[in-house]
Amino acid sequence: MPSFSRILLGLFCLLVAILLLAPTLVVIPMSFNGNKSLAFPPVGFSWQWYENFFSNPDWTTSFTNSLIVALIVAVVATVIGTLAAFGVTRAAARTGGLLRALLITPMVVPGVVLAIGIYAVYLDAHLVGTVTGFVLAHTMLAIPFVLIAVQASLEVFDRRLETAASSLGAGRLTVFRTVTLPLILPGVLSGALFAFITSFDEIIVALFITSPYLKTLPVQIYSSITRDADPTVAAVGTLLFIATSLIIIAGLLLGMRRGRT
Amino acid sequence: MTAPQRSAGAAIEIRKASKHYGAFTALKDIDLHIRPGEFMTLLGPSGSGKTTTLNLIAGFTDISSGALEIGGKSVTGLPSHKRNIGVVFQHYALFPHMTVGKNVAYPLSLRGIKGDDREKRVRRALDMVKMADFAHRYPNELSGGQQQRVALARALVFDPPLLLMDEPLGALDKKLREWLQLEIKRIHRELGTTFVYVTHDQEEALVLSDRIAVFNGGRIEQIGTGRELYDNPATLFVGRFIGESTVLRGVAEASGDNTIVTISGQKILAHGRLAGDARPVILLRPERVALKRPGVDAITGENRLTGTVAEAIYLGSGSKYEVRLADGTTAVARSPLGAVDFAIGDTVDIAFLPSDLILLPDDASADVTLT
Repeated sequence: MPSFSRILLGLFCLLVAILLLAPTLVVIPMSFNGNKSLAFPPVGFSWQWYENFFSNPDWTTSFTNSLIVALIVAVVATVIGTLAAFGVTRAAARTGGLLRALLITPMVVPGVVLAIGIYAVYLDAHLVGTVTGFVLAHTMLAIPFVLIAVQASLEVFDRRLETAASSLGAGRLTVFRTVTLPLILPGVLSGALFAFITSFDEIIVALFITSPYLKTLPVQIYSSITRDADPTVAAVGTLLFIATSLIIIAGLLLGMRRGRT
Repeated sequence: MTAPQRSAGAAIEIRKASKHYGAFTALKDIDLHIRPGEFMTLLGPSGSGKTTTLNLIAGFTDISSGALEIGGKSVTGLPSHKRNIGVVFQHYALFPHMTVGKNVAYPLSLRGIKGDDREKRVRRALDMVKMADFAHRYPNELSGGQQQRVALARALVFDPPLLLMDEPLGALDKKLREWLQLEIKRIHRELGTTFVYVTHDQEEALVLSDRIAVFNGGRIEQIGTGRELYDNPATLFVGRFIGESTVLRGVAEASGDNTIVTISGQKILAHGRLAGDARPVILLRPERVALKRPGVDAITGENRLTGTVAEAIYLGSGSKYEVRLADGTTAVARSPLGAVDFAIGDTVDIAFLPSDLILLPDDASADVTLT
C-alpha cells in the first residue's frame, strides 16, 4: 500500500506532465476544425486542413525543402561533428577542452545574433534563399549536437580495443571501420537524429535567409499563421507530432533490445 | 584435439634498447636475446620496464634508441598491424560487438582467409582452448577465464611465429590462474611458437618459463632459467624477488679466499669473496636453514645465529618458522615433516653451511617493497 506522500508525489508529476503536454495536445483537436479559425475549442469536424496540406503546393514544396535540407545537414554535420569529437577527445586535455568550448558556441550564442551575422554574409555571397545557404547555416547549428553525442560515446569507448585490433593485423582505417565505428554507432546515430531535427524545425536563421523561392516548413507555418488563421498549421503540427513520437518510440524500443543482449 | 599448425617460432634480438617518455627513462640499454620457440618471461615489479619491452616488441611504441629484430629482420618503424604477432592483454580486449566466433575469425578475415578454410581454423583454435561450444556467445556472456581463453585463440588463430602476453592471468582468481598456466604451457609445447610473457608473479614465472628475465628500474638484472635465478642470483634484487629469502647484514672482512661476516658478535663464514669494494650481504634460502636447540647438534663448519621463534606455521608438508635474530632481522626457515617442532618464544639457533649461503653485493634498491 503506497503511502500518502507517494500518492501526492505521483499526482504532482502527473500535473507537470499535463502542463508540458497541453500546448501540444491542443493542436490535435484544432486540426480537425470545421471552420477556418484557430479558435479553441474547435467547432465541427473535417479533414479539409489535412487535404489542404497535401494538395497546396505552398505546403508541399516547403515540406520537401525542409526534408532535403535536414537530410543533407544530418549527413554533413554528422561527418564533421564525429571527426571533431575524435579530435576533441584525443587531443591533450587542455587543447581538447578549449576546442570543445569553441565548437559549442553556435549552441550558446543567441540565435538572432547568429542570424544577423549569417544574413549579412549571405547577402554578399548570394546565398540567401539557396539550399546551399540553408545547409551551411543549419550544419553550423547542428555540429555541436553531434559533437556532444559522439563525444559521450567516445569517452566510454575502450581504446585498448583499437590496440588489440591493430595487433591482429588491422590498419588504422580498418580498425575504425570494424571496431571503433560499430561501437560508437549509437552516439553517431543519435547525433544524426539531433542534427536532422535541429535543421528541420529551425526558424530564426531561416526567417532571415529565406526567399519567396525557397521556404522551409517552419517559415511557411510562420507566414501562414501571421497572414491568416489557417488551421492547416494545426494539421502540420499534428503530423509532425505523430512522426516525432514514432521516431522516439522506435528509438526506445531499439535501445531496450540492445540493453537485453 | 590438434591445435593450429605447428609453426617455427621467431627469434627476438634486442640490443642496447632504450625508451624515454619525455624526461622519464622507462628502459635503459637493455640487451635481450630470445630463442626461437622459447618461453621467455619478463618478470619484475610494476614500473620496472617489462611491459614497455613487450610494447616495443608488439610495435605499440617505438624504441628511442637501439636495435630490435624479430626473426632476423629489423622491425624499427614497422607498425604493429604489419608485425604478425599475437598479443594477449590482461583486460582480454575482446570486441564486445562480435560473437566469440567472429572475434576469432577477425584476424583471418584481415588476411583474406574466407569460407570453409576460415571456419575450420576458427574451430581448431577454439578447440585448442576448449571453447568450441561458445562460438555463438558474446564476450559479455562469458566469465573472465573464458574470455581470456577466447583471446588466446584469437591471438593464435593466424599462426603467428610469436605470441606476447601481458599479465594475461592478472585479473583471475588463484585456482583458475593455476589451471590456465598449465593450459598455456601445454599450448606452447604443442605449437612451438615463441612466447614472451610479462608478469610480476615470480611463482607464475617459475611454473611457465624456459628462461626468465628479471627487470628492475628499467634494466635487466639477470636472465636465466628459474633454477639459475634461484640458486645463483646475480644481484640481491634477483635473490629477493625470486623465492623466499633471508638477508643478513653485518661487518664483513676478507680472510684469504673467504669472507667473514660478523653479526651481533657472532661470526659467519662464507666461501668466496666479492670483487671490488661492494659491501657483502648474505642471502639464505629457507630450506637451507635448519633450526636447532642452542649449542646442540653442531656439524663441523656450520654457521649459527641465535634468535627467538616469532612465528611457527604448520604447512602440512612441513613447517615454516620466522626467527627474530639479535640484530632485529627476521630469518625464514622451512623444516620438512618429522623435524623437531618449535613453539613461539623458544630460543633457537638458525644453522647453515657456508656452501648453502649466497654472498651478494649490497643494493639498496633491492629493499623496495616487493609484490
